[in-house]
Amino acid sequence: MRSGLKATGRRLLTRLPLHLTVLGVVALWLVPTVGLLITSFRPYPEILSSGWWTVLLRPAEWTKLTAQNYLEVLGKQGLARSFLNSLIITIPSTVIPLSLAALAAYAFSWMRFPGRQLLLIVVIALIVIPLQMTFIPVLRVYNALGLSGSFLGLWLAHTGYGLPLQIYLLRNFFGALPRELFESAFIDGASWWTAFWRIALPLSVPALASIVIFQFLWVWNDLLVALVYVGGRPDVAPITWQLANLVGSRGQDWHLLTAGAFISIVLPVAVFLALQRYFVRGILAGSIKG
Amino acid sequence: MRTRPWTPWLYVAPALLVLGFYLVYPAMVTIALSFYERVPIQWSLGDLLRAPSCSALKAENSPQRGPCFAGLANYERIFTERSTQIALRNNVLWLIVVTSVTVGLGLMLAVLLDRVRYESLAKSTIFMPMAISFVGAGIIWKFMYAYRPPIYPQIGLLNALRVALGEAPIAWLTQAPWVNNLALMAVFIWIWTGYCLVILSAAYKGIDRDLLEAARIDGANEWQVFRHVVLPTLRSTIVVVATTMTVFTLKVFDIVYVMTNGNYETEVLANAMYKQMYSFWNFGLASAIAVVLFVAVLPFIVINIRRFLEQEAVR
Repeated sequence: MRSGLKATGRRLLTRLPLHLTVLGVVALWLVPTVGLLITSFRPYPEILSSGWWTVLLRPAEWTKLTAQNYLEVLGKQGLARSFLNSLIITIPSTVIPLSLAALAAYAFSWMRFPGRQLLLIVVIALIVIPLQMTFIPVLRVYNALGLSGSFLGLWLAHTGYGLPLQIYLLRNFFGALPRELFESAFIDGASWWTAFWRIALPLSVPALASIVIFQFLWVWNDLLVALVYVGGRPDVAPITWQLANLVGSRGQDWHLLTAGAFISIVLPVAVFLALQRYFVRGILAGSIKG
Repeated sequence: MRTRPWTPWLYVAPALLVLGFYLVYPAMVTIALSFYERVPIQWSLGDLLRAPSCSALKAENSPQRGPCFAGLANYERIFTERSTQIALRNNVLWLIVVTSVTVGLGLMLAVLLDRVRYESLAKSTIFMPMAISFVGAGIIWKFMYAYRPPIYPQIGLLNALRVALGEAPIAWLTQAPWVNNLALMAVFIWIWTGYCLVILSAAYKGIDRDLLEAARIDGANEWQVFRHVVLPTLRSTIVVVATTMTVFTLKVFDIVYVMTNGNYETEVLANAMYKQMYSFWNFGLASAIAVVLFVAVLPFIVINIRRFLEQEAVR
């Protein structure tokens, strides 16, 4: 019994550096966000008079915590509006490209047509093209058509920028479905559309889910595309845009910045934690396979 | 079954139209614009084709307005002007530091986490910042880096730690070129290490445990097992992750835009391009910067296509 205890003790001791390293890294990854969260609930004078960690050390400080910062940033700084805009931008920007990508990927996987391989190569080349290559010409057309500073303009832009990766991922997935499934459906008289709607799509729900999460996070967190196409109109601007503005204009007002940042983080982090499984599956499909 | 020749096109046409308008056509126009100067907001292709040469206009001191053909002058500016030289230097720094740290740290954590029971919890924690925008992360870390003169209490954790250790606080984001650039890179590393970790960890778990055990029985220590068994097995995955990270770091924008806007020698190409476009309305130079970025990712486009063709050959 005693020697067993000793062995456990020794084992623990040799494994101590391992645990310390791992826990150290985990702490490093957690602390910045915890600091933000605590600060967002502190009154402005408190934030400036002591570090946020004093709240952890002195429970007496807890009574001073307040939601005032959130009310101010949501109301006076317009973050409630831009949170709503982010939703208005993100949902169609996720649904539209997914539909187009699924149709195209289905054809690329199962139909034969001239130029198929060449078109696929172009799509793959477009996956990593820097968006900077597109802004100025698209903006010129947007200005001419009045699409600059409109939700429609943002939806379509995100559709274009999201499509290449989505087509590629979905084609890999569709292409891996068993051929016999389609053949027997066609023998039974199914059309291409029926096979798409009744076989390809239902069997691909996990792949579709991971792409939805990708695109949702990408669009929600995007700043660059918004900066370019929102055209200085706060009434259509997403939350990242509004926050970046706030950093520029109220860079030292930590009570507003931390509360604003937390509001922008809450939804994507919740989605991410809830659907992490699909997300992981998606990035594994996108990377290990190629 | 019988397929009408136009059926496939009904399925691919919507996607191809959008891709053509948002990516293919503008990319070609941007390459063309990069050879011009004084491009107005609403230029037309005819203006560009009829444009006189810039050097001729300058020689004649001509009052003529509108675009002029500049040849390689925009590219020359990128490589000779101080601000874009700094951006070029920083993009190289980012590429080296961020890629090696994210991949290296991800690999190390993949191996270490495999040995603890709270693995999935730890992984989720390190992975979580991937859901946070660069803007949000920029604010989180700007607060970590907050600096106040020594007479005030420090509210940024890093400077508070320095003061507690008896050191003077540092203005992390203004001390060029090393401190501030590394401080910005740290944010990127904080976000992307989880991505590398998840992929490398999946590959590590795919290694046959008997293989590792056999090496240990043969007397190899843990480092030798890692160096001679794990590393060679994971090689192709490491290459894939490293290429992905390289492409992402080349395009870094938001972190720099939010935290320093390229001041104090922290400029990067993507931010320089945005400034030329939206602050100076210099579309020719902005296009040239975009093309430089494009050329930098070109090798990775080739790699991706090659990998795709290899896969197709296997199918």
